[in-house]
Amino acid sequence: MADHLLEVRNLSVDFFTAAGVVNAVRGISYHLDRGETLAILGESGSGKSVSSAAIMNLIDMPPGRISSGEILLEGRDLLTMAADERREVNGRRIAMIFQDPLSHLNPVYTVGWQIREAMTTHGMAQAQAEAEALRLLGRVGLPEPENAMGKYPHEFSGGQRQRVMIAMALALRPDLLIADEPTTALDVTVQAEVLGLLKELQRETGMGVLIITHDLGVVAEIADRVVVMEKGVLVESGSVRDVYKNPTHPYTRKLIAAAPGKGDMHRPVEKAEPLLVVRDVRKRFGAFEALKGVSFDLAAGETLAIVGESGSGKSTLARMLLRLDEPDAGTAHWKGRDLFKLSPAELYKLRRELQMVFQDPTQSLNPRMTVYQLISEAWAIHPDILPKAKWRERVAELLVQVGLSADLMGRYPHQFSGGQRQRIAIARALALEPRLIVCDEAVSALDVSVQAQVIRLLDQLRRDMGISFIFIAHDLPVVRDFADYVMVMRKGEVVEMGTVTQVFDTPREAYTRALFAASLDPDPDVQAAHRAARLERAS
Amino acid sequence: MLSFIRKRSLSSLISLIGLVVLVFFLSRLTGDPAALFLPVEASAEMKQQFRELHGLNDPLLVQFGRYVGNVVTGDLGESLRKARPALGVVLEAFTWTLWLAAITMSLVTVCAIVVGSLAAFRSGGFFDRFSSMISLIGASVPDFWLAIVAIVVFSIQLAWLPTSGTGSVLHWILPIGVLFVRPFGIIVQVVRGSMIGALSSAYVKTARAKGVKAGPIIFVHALRNAMLPVVTVLGDQAASLLNGAVIVETIFGFPGVGKLMIDSILQRDFNVVLAAILVTAIAIFLMNVLIDLAYALLDPRIRH
Repeated sequence: MADHLLEVRNLSVDFFTAAGVVNAVRGISYHLDRGETLAILGESGSGKSVSSAAIMNLIDMPPGRISSGEILLEGRDLLTMAADERREVNGRRIAMIFQDPLSHLNPVYTVGWQIREAMTTHGMAQAQAEAEALRLLGRVGLPEPENAMGKYPHEFSGGQRQRVMIAMALALRPDLLIADEPTTALDVTVQAEVLGLLKELQRETGMGVLIITHDLGVVAEIADRVVVMEKGVLVESGSVRDVYKNPTHPYTRKLIAAAPGKGDMHRPVEKAEPLLVVRDVRKRFGAFEALKGVSFDLAAGETLAIVGESGSGKSTLARMLLRLDEPDAGTAHWKGRDLFKLSPAELYKLRRELQMVFQDPTQSLNPRMTVYQLISEAWAIHPDILPKAKWRERVAELLVQVGLSADLMGRYPHQFSGGQRQRIAIARALALEPRLIVCDEAVSALDVSVQAQVIRLLDQLRRDMGISFIFIAHDLPVVRDFADYVMVMRKGEVVEMGTVTQVFDTPREAYTRALFAASLDPDPDVQAAHRAARLERAS
Repeated sequence: MLSFIRKRSLSSLISLIGLVVLVFFLSRLTGDPAALFLPVEASAEMKQQFRELHGLNDPLLVQFGRYVGNVVTGDLGESLRKARPALGVVLEAFTWTLWLAAITMSLVTVCAIVVGSLAAFRSGGFFDRFSSMISLIGASVPDFWLAIVAIVVFSIQLAWLPTSGTGSVLHWILPIGVLFVRPFGIIVQVVRGSMIGALSSAYVKTARAKGVKAGPIIFVHALRNAMLPVVTVLGDQAASLLNGAVIVETIFGFPGVGKLMIDSILQRDFNVVLAAILVTAIAIFLMNVLIDLAYALLDPRIRH
């Protein structure tokens, strides 16, 4: 039998940490052939990126150690190769692209230089590398490739940067491309474009693609086969369709069940008296018009989702409503008073009614404060809410309310997982008994199973306590599960606004339809139909 | 780039003007120059004459106006002791100091970057621990002690090098060697810390995935990113050398601006002291402009 392009056999990787040895990957095996796309699916901490780091020889040893296994590239074990020979494999035979292209491109060199280096480091002459780099930039669809060669990474958008990464990775036509969450940081429409480009380039070159992702939609869109990992162990593998339709392992079933966008949509009752009336909000940053007149109403106990791609102005709007930023024009009446005209003293009193939950709980929770301090700080600032004697009791209540145990209040944020941290951030927002919570991409950084739990929690708070939510997100299925009303924004303007059923079932605007078309469905059959429809439209 | 230089120079100019004002009024705050300069037994007549001669009887603002006018035309007065233009005296000494600082800092920069980078590349290894120890000692050794020990060992015991003065290449070795130690120790630490951060960054991972060799990863990919804090501290250290390495220059009888300043203060040669302050200040301002330029050259994000 011919050798596979790549075969990982019984690979185990350990990391030596202060807390002891962590078995990041335990005895996993998989293989990949030319022209094939294999997805490694898993949540954070599953070890899905570790095996690819081992393939690329990117594991630092120490603290890492490959304790067993082989990684065969066309039958030759990469782990026993001499160092120089091993280095020649990288870039020439196996190349890699990463999740966050901004930090993975060197900020102080031009992209032309960086793409050239991928070739010159393996012995290609400067002039030839220059010509080839130019051709590659054109091939991956960067506008004005000649101009782009002399620019630095920070001068491009996220999607363009990922195209630069792809051009760099494919410079020497590698046999294998490893893509570690290549589209996670990108907008949906950009994600669809980048995945499309990868597929196209794969057809052209016949390379094998190993894609590492947490997103079932990405798997459905691009992969032929999938392996599912949980806590360092490979729990299931098979064709994408088989695994999705007939998952055998309970973890796979749980993962598929947690995928958002399948439940019933909310059917909001007739509009009650609006709590927040926003009219014609405008803001510019220098020459850039971030908001070009945005208006909406929000009633108590309602959820308004604001969806849009980066640069649409959705976060700017949220920051203005909380007066973290000042608008240039417009009004926002909260219970009849204009938020934008409040004095600092009035604003201070009102703050407690308006709270925000941010995207990244690791950054928004002070690492040197315990959970008890983090949550009770609100009462130190607003002493009229709760006498100090009752703080401990109330913190315990709040922790239970967000699904954590009360005896965790003495711990620090780093002792929790990402999902637990976001619950702490929500508990902190709830401490002030707010009437409105603005969630800015509050579940985007969380694993799907955790995401589902947090959404359920927010929805319950909305029902039980009548809290209103402004829910900013780029992930449409999540919005579908949680929102009453949806506002679609683009370049500072409202494109479309309506109830969740109207916007999702019968979108009126072409842009909204384009957003939905680009959004990936976890079902490979549905996704195949989307793809076919897209191709039809294109031709 | 040009507009960046222009803007930066302009803001330096403002600080420079502030400095001229400060220097003038500080010199008048220390007391009556005539009383300070002339011997204690000088008669009132002599003092009066001295004041007439140097225009010290005019209102302070008039004196200040004259001083500014002179500074702008490059006239910083006569050295009261040497009967030569103070500026000439200072520039002569400053040239010596400039050479001393330039040679020392060039050596420090190259050596510290190489040692710090290699220490960072295998952090925790033998070389790292060894260089950490050396740099820690270097950063903490007092220079007057080191200078004296160096003279005892190399000039007196071994008789390889002259004890002091100028005249040959050999005369430079001990002052440079002694001045080298502290900035080297400090900058090795800065390079090491900054390089450890850069080497663990995502773009270094990308370079490794591209198959780039260890050498270019350290000295091309990581180093340029790690240089910003290093340049800051380099500037700091260079400034303290430009100020005149007072102690080292005095011990080695090196005719630099530090020694000149001490001598002039002791001799109450105010015009020379004022000129020396002004010249070193201008040099330090110029160096800060250069440092900002280095930032912009190193990091395109600062340029834009």
